[in-house]
Amino acid sequence: MSTAATRAEVCAVACADSFSDAGRALASPFGAIPSLGARLARSTSAPELLLTDGEAALIAETPALGEESTAEVEGWMPYRKVLDTLAGGRRRVMMGASQIDRYGNQNISRIGGWDRPKAQLVGVRGAPGNSVNHTTNYWVAKHSTRVFVESVDLVAGIGHDRAADCGAPFHDVRVVVTDLAVLDFTGPGASMRLRSVHPGVSTEQVVERTGFDLATDAVTETRLPTERELELIRKLDPQELRHEEVPA
Amino acid sequence: MQDKLMSADQVVGGLSDGMTLAIGGWGSRRKPMALVRAILRSDLRDLTVISYGGPDVGLLCAAGKVREVVFGFVSLDSIALDPHFRAARQAGTVQVAEYDEGMVLAGLRAAAARLPFLPTRAGLGSDVPALNPELRTVTSPYSDGEELIAMPALKPDVALVHLNRADRSGNAQYLGPDPYFDDVMCAAAERSYISCEQVVDTDELLRTGPLQSLLIDRMYADGVVHAPNGAHFTSCVPDYDRDERFQSHYAASAADGAWEEFRNRFLSGDEDAYQAAVAAFQENQEVPA
Repeated sequence: MSTAATRAEVCAVACADSFSDAGRALASPFGAIPSLGARLARSTSAPELLLTDGEAALIAETPALGEESTAEVEGWMPYRKVLDTLAGGRRRVMMGASQIDRYGNQNISRIGGWDRPKAQLVGVRGAPGNSVNHTTNYWVAKHSTRVFVESVDLVAGIGHDRAADCGAPFHDVRVVVTDLAVLDFTGPGASMRLRSVHPGVSTEQVVERTGFDLATDAVTETRLPTERELELIRKLDPQELRHEEVPA
Repeated sequence: MQDKLMSADQVVGGLSDGMTLAIGGWGSRRKPMALVRAILRSDLRDLTVISYGGPDVGLLCAAGKVREVVFGFVSLDSIALDPHFRAARQAGTVQVAEYDEGMVLAGLRAAAARLPFLPTRAGLGSDVPALNPELRTVTSPYSDGEELIAMPALKPDVALVHLNRADRSGNAQYLGPDPYFDDVMCAAAERSYISCEQVVDTDELLRTGPLQSLLIDRMYADGVVHAPNGAHFTSCVPDYDRDERFQSHYAASAADGAWEEFRNRFLSGDEDAYQAAVAAFQENQEVPA
């Protein structure tokens, strides 16, 4: 053990930290590193988290990523129950974002015009309902000006400006974790602020790869995984799927 | 009891141009693909399709059958996006009504309960209202005064679903981990058709699964189609998993030229010809295009 943590491992811990205060809630991570983060959180700071097998079963154990789950089942969570659970608020997601703006408006639906998009993506999926009903965080595997844009082409997940306009009482978009940094929305007018840069990344690099002005008045360094976390990460992701998402 | 057994072509023969179809399953899971293939063989056109979209939407778009897709997403699960749906959207040949997934469910539940709408928070503040200008909000008459989206009822003319087992009168059973929204779609629609892996006698239904696996009651069934492997290439657990190799071939074949070859080989004959061509594909262990 005790080789230095890779960038992907720093990211996994930052994702895990986003789940640490979720309590008794359904974790819905999208992507390998958020999935690793949720499993890591359940193994450390957030033992009450609920996890699925990726289909309809809630699993009582925390198995490794990418393996056929033989974990003990503790409950049933088909899609209809996910939709009802999220409306009740006992859920925390970490979604992807094809585009995100300074207030946290997120797009996964399409790039370009509405009638004839330049690129049709997956659709709004559950992003409108997630972002308006419970804590929603985002994961961006490649921080760039293509993703961090002045204005998203379509608002799927709603940001702080939109939430303020419609008075969404349960809106709670907190952090964006990327391969470079952790960002939150404590800047002026609930705009995006650079909270921390990962070890080896400079504030300038993040600013350069962000397509809008970022508050950078109190940037720290993202914490490193502890020895125990590193051990768990390597156990929970033996196929190193994390390094396919963020190369070592 | 009325015997509702019929063929996929008979089901499709009873549909008309311009109809609104709700298609069951989810993404690339337990889709009524044999019924979709029967639509591909027909002259039907101008369909509106309500779907938790997968290759059902893709194939219908590729065949030019669709005027509008009502959806929250279109995905092949193990492959993020369906290439035919993408191509149709990017060419501007198909219209969309795009909603949050929960809004689609609210719309179907409203129709099933004969309500004009159901209130939901999902959609507030997003661009979904701008995408669907007919959407209105409703204000709570109680002291909270909250403003919510009034999701209008989504009323399909016909629901098409695929389940693991059914009897001849249309009592139908799912044996996998997730019912998806098949029962809600059938209750929302004017008419419903159920294809299934096995048609069994009523008294056999409870030999394979518990009482609560009987998802759809015969009051909603207008026809039952015996379609073994009828969800192929989507999954139909526990009868079979998704045919990943074939799905990859489908997706890779979406390119010009390659698609014509795929269509000639798999979609130019009847369902038996399709299943035989798939069996040959599997036997040869062919590498996807």
